[in-house]
Amino acid sequence: MSITVIYTIATLSAIGTSAAVILFFVAQKFKVYEDPRIDEVEEALPAANCGGCGYAGCRAFAEACVKEGDLSDLYCPVGGNETMNKVAEILGLEAVKKEARTAYIRCNGTCDHRPKTNQFDGATTCAIASSVYSGETDCQWGCLGYGDCYDACDFDAIELRPDLGVPRIIDDKCVACGACVDACPKDLIELRKRFPKDRKVVVSCRNQDKGGVARKACSVACIGCGKCEKVCPFDAITIENNLAFIDSDKCKLCRKCVPVCPTNAIIEENFPPRRVKKEEKEVSTAK
Amino acid sequence: MLKTFKLGGVHPPENKISAGNAIEVLPPPKSVFIPVAQHIGAPATPVVKRGDLVKTGQLIAKSSSFVSTNIHASVSGKVKKVDFAADSSGYPKQGIFIDVDGDEWVEEIDRSEELVKNFDLDGQAIINKIQEAGIVGLGGATFPTHVKLVPPKGMKAEVLLINGVECEPYLTSDHRLMLEKADEILTGTRLLMKALKVEKAVIGIENNKPDAIQLLSEKSKTFEGISVTALKVKYPQGGEKQLIKAVTGKEVPSGALPIAVGAVVSNVGTAFAVYEAVQKNKPLFERVVTVTGKNVAKPSNFKVRVGTPTSELIEAAGGLPEDTGKVISGGPMMGRAVSSLNVPVTKGTSGILLMKNQEAKRNEPITCIRCSRCVSVCPMGLEPYFLKVVSEKQVFERAEENRIMDCIECGSCSYTCPSSLPLLDYIRFGKGKVGQIIRSRKK
Repeated sequence: MSITVIYTIATLSAIGTSAAVILFFVAQKFKVYEDPRIDEVEEALPAANCGGCGYAGCRAFAEACVKEGDLSDLYCPVGGNETMNKVAEILGLEAVKKEARTAYIRCNGTCDHRPKTNQFDGATTCAIASSVYSGETDCQWGCLGYGDCYDACDFDAIELRPDLGVPRIIDDKCVACGACVDACPKDLIELRKRFPKDRKVVVSCRNQDKGGVARKACSVACIGCGKCEKVCPFDAITIENNLAFIDSDKCKLCRKCVPVCPTNAIIEENFPPRRVKKEEKEVSTAK
Repeated sequence: MLKTFKLGGVHPPENKISAGNAIEVLPPPKSVFIPVAQHIGAPATPVVKRGDLVKTGQLIAKSSSFVSTNIHASVSGKVKKVDFAADSSGYPKQGIFIDVDGDEWVEEIDRSEELVKNFDLDGQAIINKIQEAGIVGLGGATFPTHVKLVPPKGMKAEVLLINGVECEPYLTSDHRLMLEKADEILTGTRLLMKALKVEKAVIGIENNKPDAIQLLSEKSKTFEGISVTALKVKYPQGGEKQLIKAVTGKEVPSGALPIAVGAVVSNVGTAFAVYEAVQKNKPLFERVVTVTGKNVAKPSNFKVRVGTPTSELIEAAGGLPEDTGKVISGGPMMGRAVSSLNVPVTKGTSGILLMKNQEAKRNEPITCIRCSRCVSVCPMGLEPYFLKVVSEKQVFERAEENRIMDCIECGSCSYTCPSSLPLLDYIRFGKGKVGQIIRSRKK
């Protein structure tokens, strides 16, 4: 009885030791050197694996950071400057500073503003709907509302608003990874500079039709009249293809363009209510 | 045993309500919108401008490359503008607006009804006339006919197939044309044979049109080399590849054109247009359109000018019924719902179908139950459920590997799916994307 136990222990130990020795030498022979800094960099990243940097996940981005030896083309939009500084510290490199950004859906064609003229009952994804026809309203440029951006967002930063017919971005959650920008077949979503308190002044329209056609399809369409372009003191507004565009990097949030827009296509968000001008006050009291 | 194709196919209810109604000629409308892209290939270039006076049959847009066609004025009057307007997809397309004034035709056109059988022209002259007249495949695909008639180098056509199948439910325009213009179609066929230098032509007609089969069989005896084959009723027999398989028994290889098996297929409508172009000098600017539907007061077959708005056709057929859910340009299987009634009739419009609310409604799709019915009905031997998934997930390499480009978009899969999945919507999307990828690779 006892001899069986001894034999068993001895045999197993012998096999174990010899296997350990073989594995030790094999490991020495086929050792793959991996830069330990990759792990460190990966640790510093937000681990969202969203692909916003252009690489397939945070590990791939960390590898690229270490391998490139230069951070000028590499940026993690989710982590922002803070994360990039950490990465730069680990690698002893210089990180580029970028302004924080946030996504914005440039369509205000809600059910009230943009009447439906037909009904689509095919596959409910924006990609398919836009490949077969222009949309349920007369505006061929606007939001289809099936939520491809919502499906693409990994951060729950987009909410579908069936009451509006157009999804909306939740600024607090948006990390500007750009997944929704690629998902939108109508090219409505833009990554804009993030201002304090998420304030924004933006042309919420992509309609490039001539004024009359655009206005007929949607009451808040940009008609490309150019009034905003003239009033802007910072040259932030350009008109191209009957459509105004506010460059968020040049915009200083003066809001002069908002009241001159005849169709209310320019939207201001998260500002305190405007002070009513004196003359207007008098008029209102006279009434 | 009647001939048919082997793989797949479905049997939708035929509903050929308007089959007994003779073709009526509609007078020209008050104004027309003639798109410059009514065919597969490059859009034509407009050669008229605002304010020009045009006569019926006058060239208004010139073919811009080999795979493109001429567009002719379908009415006489004044060019209102050359501008963009929404087509059936809702996206704007370039076209020519003409305000109608009288109906003065170009002098060269022979407007008599008299049958002309003149086979003196040689092949090339016939092709030139077809090209000038802007003839495209009138079955619906609108591929320029003159391109088809010039086989690529090293290939030779052996047989011409004339497609009188009309497998789409509801549509009867080809059927009526065969009954009323049999001699003209046969003459057109003979001209096409001459252009192609083939000795044999077969007219394929489905068995649900016995009157057309009988009439054409009898009349074809006087034409050398033309025969008529009756086919078993099965959708989509009117598909080019399915018709070739049914009539000749040969299968067109994946990705190849019918010419690879020595066949060229043309619609009966095209044969008629060829007759008119060659013998009567008449360009293609009008066609037979079926206006039908279960609710329609007067289901009819109209001969209409290209560019006529859909609303006028519906008006002529007794007005838009109250309970209309969808207006479809084309047949119920392959046609597309229009987003506005201003959409004009083009060279490829074979019918206008008005569906009742209940008929038009699509069921709410549920998950795939892996019954594989779509696989068994696919006439191209594809796996629609799989192509749907890879298109949805945008894995286009897998879609390409699984021959998504072979899909003929017949809709048999969506029709048969017990889960009401819009399979074809997804596949069409994937096909478009794969097509883009293939084109960019070639560049």
